[in-house]
Amino acid sequence: MTTTELERPARPPVFHHLSTGRKARNHLATVLVSLAFLIALVPLVWLLATVVIKGWRALVSPDWFTHSLKGVLPDQFAGGIYHALYGSLAQALVCAVIAVPIGILAAIYLVEYGRGWLARLTTFMVDILSGVPSIVAALFIFALWISTFGLEQSAFAVSLALVLLMLPVVVRSCEEMLRLVPQELREASYALGIPKWKTIVRVVLPTALSGIVTGSMLALARVLGETAPVLVLVGYSQSINFNIFDGNMTSLPLFIYNQFTNPTAAGQLRIWGAALTLILLVMLFNLIATVISRFSAIKTK
Amino acid sequence: MAKRLDAKDLNIYYGKFQAVAEVTLAVPPRNVTAFIGPSGCGKSTVLRTLNRMHEVTPGARVEGEVLLDGEDIYAGGVDPVDVRRTIGMVFQRPNPFPTMSIKDNVIAGLRLAGVRDKSRLDEVAERALRGANLWNEVSDRLNKPGGSLSGGQQQRLCIARAIAVQPAVLLMDEPCSALDPISTLAIEDLIAELKKEYTIVIVTHNMQQAARVSDQTAFFNLAGVGQPGKLIEIDDTEKIFSNPGQQATEDYISGRFG
Repeated sequence: MTTTELERPARPPVFHHLSTGRKARNHLATVLVSLAFLIALVPLVWLLATVVIKGWRALVSPDWFTHSLKGVLPDQFAGGIYHALYGSLAQALVCAVIAVPIGILAAIYLVEYGRGWLARLTTFMVDILSGVPSIVAALFIFALWISTFGLEQSAFAVSLALVLLMLPVVVRSCEEMLRLVPQELREASYALGIPKWKTIVRVVLPTALSGIVTGSMLALARVLGETAPVLVLVGYSQSINFNIFDGNMTSLPLFIYNQFTNPTAAGQLRIWGAALTLILLVMLFNLIATVISRFSAIKTK
Repeated sequence: MAKRLDAKDLNIYYGKFQAVAEVTLAVPPRNVTAFIGPSGCGKSTVLRTLNRMHEVTPGARVEGEVLLDGEDIYAGGVDPVDVRRTIGMVFQRPNPFPTMSIKDNVIAGLRLAGVRDKSRLDEVAERALRGANLWNEVSDRLNKPGGSLSGGQQQRLCIARAIAVQPAVLLMDEPCSALDPISTLAIEDLIAELKKEYTIVIVTHNMQQAARVSDQTAFFNLAGVGQPGKLIEIDDTEKIFSNPGQQATEDYISGRFG
């Protein structure tokens, strides 16, 4: 039976099936992208797994968070990272106390007041500072604090070097957050007869707060693991030292570096334990950042 | 309270570019003046010079005088912060402060100026919200964030915020252009109410709106791209829309261009 002219479709269908070539390319791309994702994931998971497997036993020992290594022999399974944990936290917090206010104020200057050459110079300097390797920052503070001022090595010197590393990150993130605040809000505030400084303090900063807090906490988490400053600017100590201005003070990276020369099984366990503690500490800071930004985030409901 | 506003020989510049040339106009008290004209003709720019908001833009500068009841707001030694407290502004897009509640938004102007008396702030908040025809809709959720309201309610919140500081003049820069027709109607009714107490200047792209809400209308136009905008004519709204003095005005309102 033949089809008549009337029974034939007037036009060929508009939509075609996927051609084999496109299907093949689609599969190839999917496989490549998934593979790249897996390859990127492997070292991360591997690293975490290694640290957890080799270090968890140290963390569950009752003395780990409550005792230093005072009077503990190198091959003895005893003592803990109490002194190093205090050192890391103290150095990072002192650094934050200095770097965060300066960073926020500098960002306010750049966004709200900065015009002309001084603003360009500041931006340029912040860019340069963010590219400075940590060892260079450490050597600079060494040259300034110890060689020029003639002061002793101390945890405070470490904090100063960390400030150099943290400052550009804080300035950058605050600047971004302040620029995200719509100009309309500033104008709305001016239109009510509110002076500029009060507009910044009461309208602009609260609006950008959650981002500023997150940025600062992430910057803090980053400097926690910095190793070069603690190698150059402070000595190692087996026991706790609460004074940041005087004497040796161990931090987690310094603790790990020191135990690296301890070949015993106890030393190995301490290295992995301290590494795991450091990772958990950074995670904790990131978690706190998330929680704070969640709470200070702008609510619309 | 409501004051008259006179602009004399305003020349307004952004850097080297002259945006507006030779504008002279008078705004009587308790009266609505509408600025109409095609995009880029400088209506908003003129409006922003009337409360020194213009100079917030870097590189912007003004020549000429703006007199508030005879007092030049550009005279040396005049604090722009004082000027803006006396001459309020409502913007094109509703911009409540996102970190503040509805009530805090309304009393922001007073509170940030240092008023702490709680009962007075409560009273002002209610009066301003009633004045902006918003009280009935939000009185049960004053502590909810300002961003939780609809666009039209947010704009009325912004008007409440502006009138809470009791300005002498209220400037409105296309206050309805981001709103739907029902919200627009609500704002227009509100303008009719507000003009009993305030001097109002409103920029609008909507000529029907200008015809509906204003007592006098100013038509701005520009000769071409890169040319400064000029005030073509200002007259009673009825006259502008029925029998304008200039051909350009006639062409614009009858939809022949713009």
